[in-house]
Amino acid sequence: MIAGLVALVPLLAAVVLGFVRDRAIGAWIVIAASTAAFGLACALPWQMGAGTLLLVDPLSVHMAILTSFVGMTTAWFSRRYIEIEMITGRLDGLRARQYHVLFQAFLGFMLLALLSNNLGLTWGAMEAATIAAVLVVGLPRTDLAISAAWKMFVLCGVGIALALFGTIVLYLAAQPSLGPGLPAMSWSALAVAAPGFKAPLLNLAFVFLLIGYGTKAALAPLHAWMPDAHAEGPTPVSAVLSGSILNVALAVLLRVRGLMASNPDAISPGIPLMALGLLSLLLAAFALWRRYDVKRFFAFSSVEQSGLAAFAFGIGGPAAMFAGMLHVTLHTLIKAAIFQCVGRASQLKGGQKFADIGGLIASHRALGLTLAAGIVAVAGMPPFGLFSSEFLIMLATIRSWPWLALPVGLGLVVGGWALFNRLISLCLGEPTPNRGPAPTLIDLVPAWLHLALAVVLGMAMPAGLVAWFTLVAGGLR
Amino acid sequence: MGHLAYDAAHLFGGAVLALSFVLLYQRRLTAVINAYALQALVLAIAAAWQGWAQGAPHLFLTAAITLGVKAIAIPLGMHSFVRRLGMNRAVESALGVFPSMALGVGLVALSIMVVLPVTAQSHMLTREDLALALSVVLMGMLMMISRRTALTQVIGFMSMENGLILAAVSVEGMPLVVELSVAVLVLLAFAVFGVFFFRIRDQFDSLHLDHLDRVDGGPR
Repeated sequence: MIAGLVALVPLLAAVVLGFVRDRAIGAWIVIAASTAAFGLACALPWQMGAGTLLLVDPLSVHMAILTSFVGMTTAWFSRRYIEIEMITGRLDGLRARQYHVLFQAFLGFMLLALLSNNLGLTWGAMEAATIAAVLVVGLPRTDLAISAAWKMFVLCGVGIALALFGTIVLYLAAQPSLGPGLPAMSWSALAVAAPGFKAPLLNLAFVFLLIGYGTKAALAPLHAWMPDAHAEGPTPVSAVLSGSILNVALAVLLRVRGLMASNPDAISPGIPLMALGLLSLLLAAFALWRRYDVKRFFAFSSVEQSGLAAFAFGIGGPAAMFAGMLHVTLHTLIKAAIFQCVGRASQLKGGQKFADIGGLIASHRALGLTLAAGIVAVAGMPPFGLFSSEFLIMLATIRSWPWLALPVGLGLVVGGWALFNRLISLCLGEPTPNRGPAPTLIDLVPAWLHLALAVVLGMAMPAGLVAWFTLVAGGLR
Repeated sequence: MGHLAYDAAHLFGGAVLALSFVLLYQRRLTAVINAYALQALVLAIAAAWQGWAQGAPHLFLTAAITLGVKAIAIPLGMHSFVRRLGMNRAVESALGVFPSMALGVGLVALSIMVVLPVTAQSHMLTREDLALALSVVLMGMLMMISRRTALTQVIGFMSMENGLILAAVSVEGMPLVVELSVAVLVLLAFAVFGVFFFRIRDQFDSLHLDHLDRVDGGPR
């Protein structure tokens, strides 16, 4: 019941926003709807259960809370951001309204994909979220934004199509055990019956689902849409894209991985996940050195972190799952904070190239320090939580695949080094001229909230949260 | 399932695949659109036939949607755009006719080798239709790779979706086929919309995706 509302509130808000012409009211509806979705998602842990359409289990609850949290803080952040974009003329009134509608639709469909108990519904929601994301990326209507949106549509469209083929094959694998009809398409029934499935069909389904949803998880070599979409779309979308759509895709892959792992005859899902994860990590770590656009740079950093999480999920076992889950959570929080800062910084400096943005601490102390803290956090330095999760992933790697610790470590060092390099040019040194309005301290509150959570999760994780992460990781087999 | 039902279903599935080959070598834009419309028509017949053979009336709905939108509405709309914009000329392919046909044959062989062994316990018709459907999907991808303009790429994409619907209707008892085909349709409508509105109405001549290369993140 509540699970349905979590997804329905943003979707309804999207419909209502389509009719609201007053921009101030529209902005507040966005804030109210996404805050309500987060509040409802927080009630889900007491609503565990599997229905015909919706599945409320630790994995989906965790991801739904995380996604709706980022959606909520980004909605707070968007209000002022969009106002400034309109003042500077990059968005007009109609586009601003379209932005709010699409943002809520995107959020609602992602939550639906997470909470769905049906392969078909998950697929459909994912497809709808993709379309909303493509539209919102193309919203600035510049040539580059349109090209980026089209590229995202073509790549993700092919990915989505392959995922549908995988879904059909998975149904075919489940049908002999579960009989024709809806049960053979429900995640909860599949998880129970998976040990009895025919392994060859399950393998075939896995390959297609891995490629299909792997495209959305931006795993290399299927990540090509992601840097363009980040660089050209409105910045709040980058904050949500970076965390959420990757997470939704990873969550689906985790469920498929669970099915594969529980079937004794199926191929081990770990190796392909580890291979794609490691490839993404290394490719993105080196790619970070050749970026000139700030948002593109952090998009590659997201590819790197998504790859590391997929690698951890590939290792498997309670410790690696715990680490992977923690990593996904922290990366989402930190990266959203970074993109919020980058959005304000590019408005302040009137550009999003590294050449435009420099000496932020000198020109706007609070913004510069917040961005610096975010970059330190995403580079995996203490006191932020990504340090703990990366440490745990390294430990799990050394325990089960000692030799792989070398490339993983190399990727982390190369990536972290690039991040520090850019930290120096962005935040320290000679300030570049300001060409836009400066953010107020209130605008930075969402970013501070995210970073504070990242510190808490890294330094002093409450026992309740440890138990919760253990529960989520334990449910993943 | 009787002998006739099986043979006819096989025939329609095979015809969808044969039309994928036709799509690969057509040179003129209108011919590509016509071949696509014909493929959608055969797919609609295949879906209706499966609905009758499996005793699954909801498949008739899928067939009707496929017929109405994919075989009639979308091709008509595309034709009118092509006429209005005067773009009915030969569209080049990145690969020649022979290499793309050879690759197509290779993809069909690949899908048969992948699908038939793993579906050994499934229904005979399901197995073969799944192999045909996978071939159509892969050939759609090949068309997206080998054709240079956005419009032909979108037709490749839509042909790929035809393969998916063929797979969905041929799996006996698959629920949500109608819902899925509607969702696929939304994706298609979006793709077509994208070509004509997103992708630069006034720059239709430069519809080559080559200039996507400008989005490369280099200093500019």
